[in-house]
Amino acid sequence: MAILISPETKIMIQGITGEFGARHTKLSLDYGTQVVAGVTPGKGGQFFEHAGHKVPIFNSVADAARATGATVSAIFVPPPFAADAILECVDAGLDLAVAITEGIPVRDMVRVKRAMQGARTRLVGPNCPGLVTPGTGEGSKGGCRIGIAPGYIHRRGHVGVVSRSGTLTYEAVFQLTSKNIGQTTCVGIGGDPVNGTSHLDVIKMFNDDPETHGIIMIGEIGGNAEVEAARWIKAHCQKPVAGFIAGATAPAGRRMGHAGAIVGGAEDTAAAKIAVFRECGIEVAATPSDMADALLRAAQAKGVNLS
Amino acid sequence: MNIHEFQAKALFEKYGVPVPRGAAATTPEEFTTALAQLPEGPTMVKSQIHAGGRGKGTFKDGFKGGVKFCKTKHDAKEIAGKMLGNVLETVQTGPAGRKVQTVYFTVASDIKKEYYLAILLDRATSRPVIVASTEGGVEIEKVAHDTPEKIHKVFIDPAYGLADFQVRDLIFKLGFSGGEAKNAGKLIRSLYAMYWDTDAAMIEVNPLITTPTGDVLALDAKVSFDDNALFRHPDIVALRDLNEEDPKEIEASKFSLSYIALDGNIACLVNGAGLAMSTMDIIKHFGGSPANFLDVGGGASKEQVVAAFKIILGDANVKGIFVNIFGGIMDCNVIAQGIVEAVKEVGLKLPLVVRLEGNNVAAGKATLNQSGLKLVSGDTMADAAQKIVKLVA
Repeated sequence: MAILISPETKIMIQGITGEFGARHTKLSLDYGTQVVAGVTPGKGGQFFEHAGHKVPIFNSVADAARATGATVSAIFVPPPFAADAILECVDAGLDLAVAITEGIPVRDMVRVKRAMQGARTRLVGPNCPGLVTPGTGEGSKGGCRIGIAPGYIHRRGHVGVVSRSGTLTYEAVFQLTSKNIGQTTCVGIGGDPVNGTSHLDVIKMFNDDPETHGIIMIGEIGGNAEVEAARWIKAHCQKPVAGFIAGATAPAGRRMGHAGAIVGGAEDTAAAKIAVFRECGIEVAATPSDMADALLRAAQAKGVNLS
Repeated sequence: MNIHEFQAKALFEKYGVPVPRGAAATTPEEFTTALAQLPEGPTMVKSQIHAGGRGKGTFKDGFKGGVKFCKTKHDAKEIAGKMLGNVLETVQTGPAGRKVQTVYFTVASDIKKEYYLAILLDRATSRPVIVASTEGGVEIEKVAHDTPEKIHKVFIDPAYGLADFQVRDLIFKLGFSGGEAKNAGKLIRSLYAMYWDTDAAMIEVNPLITTPTGDVLALDAKVSFDDNALFRHPDIVALRDLNEEDPKEIEASKFSLSYIALDGNIACLVNGAGLAMSTMDIIKHFGGSPANFLDVGGGASKEQVVAAFKIILGDANVKGIFVNIFGGIMDCNVIAQGIVEAVKEVGLKLPLVVRLEGNNVAAGKATLNQSGLKLVSGDTMADAAQKIVKLVA
């Protein structure tokens, strides 16, 4: 099952001819992902070629969707043009737009989020590593990789991972795979203060997905999205959940790399979020090295088999 | 990006937000010309630094108060002389304090009542929010905690903008009437226009005041901007004051490194913001103290690693270094070569613990082992963190 994307999902890449987009398109093709179209305005009719693959390039998202049946787009366009690229996906009626781009102005995202109200398209990101639904081949090949995550660290299985941070997601996935525990889908929702999909949105999908037996939720300082998700878990989720919050040592008022990672008030500190996690029955990882073990503890307590 | 109060007030005036008349000076000679622009009478002298708590701050030579009321312009000139070039320590500057390089003179206004007004992003709704209170001139956090009913919030639909009925509603809640109400309404609309146009991250006016003559004025101004949007505001970028930033942070930004100095003694070099934050956390968890946040990004080059080493070694408090890399796509061997080169170039004498994981990790570890460098390898983050904490203890 997995969530949001499966190995059969057909995807397009906006910004396929840019250096960043091209590099990750190649890695996705190598992983076995169905990259069926690219979009670069003005380069319609050309092809993106790599290792025997010949991906057609279109001038618009609508053209690409019509011609290839792609339902998901990965957005690699530069920050000044990224908001427009997201809206183009909405206009074309795609299922999912995944905005990898880092550095989109907050005002642009405020407008995009408002414009997407009621639309059928879901946004993941921006400023995110994307999503991976691992495949069953060697190094989890044959899966769907959208974005910039390393595909080979994954393994097909039953744990859902949701995180704002790329490298912390990889850390969690690597720990799981090292213990022969596979994943259904790993979702990076991004480090920006205004994003399309929240921790809670993803948790709800994992909760509804029969293949997902356990969940790792990774958060950080700033905002109250993790707290919102934790309270919902307490009320509705029977599956074992492990959590980790980064930024316990961050000084107040400073932006820690991610635009969203800034302590504003008493309730968005790491300590406050960790306290809510505990209160909601989420097994807290003491350090980032403890994320997979924390989930194992939570699973054992509930008598759930993760593999 | 933050700007000074006098710069913020110049922007306020441009957008039609009334402020007390003022003039800034950066040298003693400019005191005279600045003060000449103000009428005779009570004058405020305000130290211009990017930190709050100025009024209650203390200068390094013992002089108290970074914001002073003076009965005459003559007194103001004398007080300004004591502030300029002096180092001001406030609750927000830390013990190092900040050197005052600009003083700002303003007319001392007659205050009838003080209010609080701010505009910022509400993350929960992804909309701008105006926060206002009848309790101005005090810490808003305290008001929110003790008397939450005195905090009023207006959420703005970005598709429509700030609606007139919302402004009216807020003004009545704050208790304005007559001419004051009209002036306050105009001020709030102007301030929101500025927030939206300039891609501000936050505008805070504390206090906003009314005067006995019915004027509504922004007595103070704290404004910051969204770094991601600076590319479309060259006029705002021109207001950046590098004197207010850590030289190491400026150097880091030249190499696209994200660096923030902290007060511990274990330097960190990490890829990815989330991992960098949690590397600081894990050092603390095992009883150490991180000297910095440093994210080399997803595709660090050898040059960036060398630059990163130089920056973290520029901090005299550093007693050891912890390199924590999860090379997802990034080749661990490239990072390893960068570390070896950097250590040779800077002649490292401090303990170094390296934790490498991910793509091509075997080759990376081999490069480190064959380099002849005295470094310690850690298998996991936890293992490596414990090792560096022990080495600097």
